[in-house]
Amino acid sequence: MKVLMFGWEFPPFNTGGLGTACYGLTKGLSKQGINITFVIPTAPRLIKSDFVDMIIAFSTSFVNIKTVDSLLVPYISSEGYETMHKKRCMNSDKNFNRVYGQNLFEEVHRYALKAREIAINETFDLIHCHDWMTYLAGIEAKKVSKKPLVVHVHATEFDRTGGHPNQAVYDIERMGMHAADLIIAVSNFTKNKILKHYGISPGKVFVVHNAVEFTNFPDSEDFKIKSHDKIVLFLGRITIQKGPDYFLDAAKKVLEKEKNVKFIVAGSGDMEIDMIERAAKLGIAKHILFTGFLRGNDIDRAYRMADLYVMPSVSEPFGITPLEAMRNGTPVLISKQSGVSEVIKNCLKVDFWDIDEMASKIIAVLKYNALHYCLKEHGLIEIKKFSWNDSAKKCINVYERALNKGGN
Amino acid sequence: MVSICFYFQVHQPYRLRNYNVFEIGKNHSYTNKKKNLDILKKVAEKCYLPTNKLMLDLLNKHEEFKISYSFSGIILEQFEEFMPSVLQSFRDLADTGKVEILDETYYHSLSFLHSKQEFKEQVILHNKKIRSLFKQSPSVFRNTELVYNNELANFIESMGYKGILAEGADHILGWRSPNFIYTPKTTSKIKLLLKNYKLSDDIAFRFSDKGWKEWPLTVDKYTNWVNAVNGNGNLVNLFMDYETFGEHQWADTGIFDFLRHLPQELLKHPDNDFKTPSEAIKTYNPVSELDIHSPVSWADVERDTSAWDGNNMQKSAINEIYQIEDAIKKSRDKKLINDWRKLQTSDHFYYMCTKWFNDGDVHKYFNPYDNPYDAFITYMNILNDVNFRLKEHNILKKEVVV
Repeated sequence: MKVLMFGWEFPPFNTGGLGTACYGLTKGLSKQGINITFVIPTAPRLIKSDFVDMIIAFSTSFVNIKTVDSLLVPYISSEGYETMHKKRCMNSDKNFNRVYGQNLFEEVHRYALKAREIAINETFDLIHCHDWMTYLAGIEAKKVSKKPLVVHVHATEFDRTGGHPNQAVYDIERMGMHAADLIIAVSNFTKNKILKHYGISPGKVFVVHNAVEFTNFPDSEDFKIKSHDKIVLFLGRITIQKGPDYFLDAAKKVLEKEKNVKFIVAGSGDMEIDMIERAAKLGIAKHILFTGFLRGNDIDRAYRMADLYVMPSVSEPFGITPLEAMRNGTPVLISKQSGVSEVIKNCLKVDFWDIDEMASKIIAVLKYNALHYCLKEHGLIEIKKFSWNDSAKKCINVYERALNKGGN
Repeated sequence: MVSICFYFQVHQPYRLRNYNVFEIGKNHSYTNKKKNLDILKKVAEKCYLPTNKLMLDLLNKHEEFKISYSFSGIILEQFEEFMPSVLQSFRDLADTGKVEILDETYYHSLSFLHSKQEFKEQVILHNKKIRSLFKQSPSVFRNTELVYNNELANFIESMGYKGILAEGADHILGWRSPNFIYTPKTTSKIKLLLKNYKLSDDIAFRFSDKGWKEWPLTVDKYTNWVNAVNGNGNLVNLFMDYETFGEHQWADTGIFDFLRHLPQELLKHPDNDFKTPSEAIKTYNPVSELDIHSPVSWADVERDTSAWDGNNMQKSAINEIYQIEDAIKKSRDKKLINDWRKLQTSDHFYYMCTKWFNDGDVHKYFNPYDNPYDAFITYMNILNDVNFRLKEHNILKKEVVV
């Protein structure tokens, strides 16, 4: 089976979980014998040599990478919406441009036109596209090829914006979901959002959970900070969806009880400045370390330094980072408002808004060694059960259903 | 001759409420009163009351029919406080003179494995409670979760008991049968009764299992299995949780009809009768000695104690609670001692078990936690508050002395 896939980022040029998920899934699919042509828009900030490496690495192994000449930034998120909605920003148009890049919707349409050309030139059996930026491309490709379209929902506009969707983005999402023959959702949490907000019938949506590949890492000792402080880690985009503000509020509560704790905020995003200010305002600035955006080995190093990884997301369609933390032997505390909480057991779970409970559980992990030990050991066992091959098999099931339906 | 010996376990723990770290030193109430009462009411309605009524009918109808119970001290307390009618219905059963009550640890604890002194005190407390409520003085002992080894038999013998119960686990019996009386090694007079786990679990666990090849289990079929013991055994020990009737096996599975007709069918065989544990001990002689070093229990396939002390959280919690025994007792603070003892109830450690959690298996009935980690956190936070009170107590006492 040959699949024409539209994405918008691919490791190592990813800024979030979407690239990681596309990488894992396509690798799994190719192992199952699926032939994939992966289309991504060019990102202007990419370093050429690395970029070429990527093509060499993957075009010859399991996917062919096609780039489209476009102005799109590799990871398009809707961070900043909250600030727009709260009118904290004087110039909301400017803010929007900062977030979405210039003339974003024009770019989306340009990507769609380019997709049309590609679809005419390529031969394939099915179109698979990832999140709203690629939906118009998918629709165009379907129009010219008459092949079935599967859209893969890694996040909805409701997740990204904390419940304040941008109408234009929502419209494209809705259009894509309705044009699709079948829809893949990364969790039941996301499937429910699709049913609730996009008027899709349940029979059309299939859940394929993300996975993580287990790899044996070298011993972690050399990653430890040389101090007696315990470390609690936040790693993700600093944006409303990820709940960094809840993380800081919980940190404040923890520090009232336990002084020797450092909180690392790893990542970047539209709320970064706000968060630095918030930490200062809460009087905990010297306990909070902002690292900026991390990639590659630094990410694993951050997990391994930490005594606990916290994912306080307000609305997390899946959430691959807790799996990465567990893979590194780091205990995990996640919000119940996440897809990943459907698939992992050996972790702590809280409602993102329940600061007391979050802080209490953070302290428990730092204080009770046996708890830290059991979460780590059982987490490592559990994580080995995850495999992108399983996700790929479920994905192929959806492909087969879509093909049987007939792509017209 | 085959004697059928029924023993039913009646126990509900004081479940803890969600207790976060910020409450330590500030809030000294630990139990989830509403949840405990709700569960007690539910179990009373579905199991205790209807089953007791049925048992009373059966005891009145069949002169030969006899049964035995073991109650944890803390379930009796809960009956006294919240559901005196349930307690009365058990006393009515005892009043028939055909119901034997066994002794166990008052707090349904695993204290024998961790503190002999504490164990002994809890057994004495329990004995007092049974004597005051049921006007019987138990002579047969059953330990929490049927945890048993030579050392326990020896200890219990020295406390004056004539008999003791244990799981008839394959790994301790080998080729031997659970359908005889045994003598524990290192003891002189005390006798050992072993649970026939197959015939017990056919009722307790498999009765309503539609995937079981023997389903549906009829009284006829079951009676035939029991009758088959004639010639290769003296007695069939059917030990199970009392909640089997109506709660683990719901009424609509037909469990009550099964129970209603079982005694008369069993009694149709001229060589069958019913005996209580102490009658069985008096009637039959031991066939051999049984040597059991490592503790056995009636839990899981392992039949060991790993359900309560298998992982590091459980080990750490147990270690912490018994570590403060001396200090707690020296405080002479009754409330504090009682709170500390309630934390010894085996259920708290069972909730922390990670064994089946990973397989997605259900844990115990009425487990108040979503996962074993939450169980541990709540437990340790509360234990820290107990420690806080202990410290405060010592400080206050010193001030008084000065």
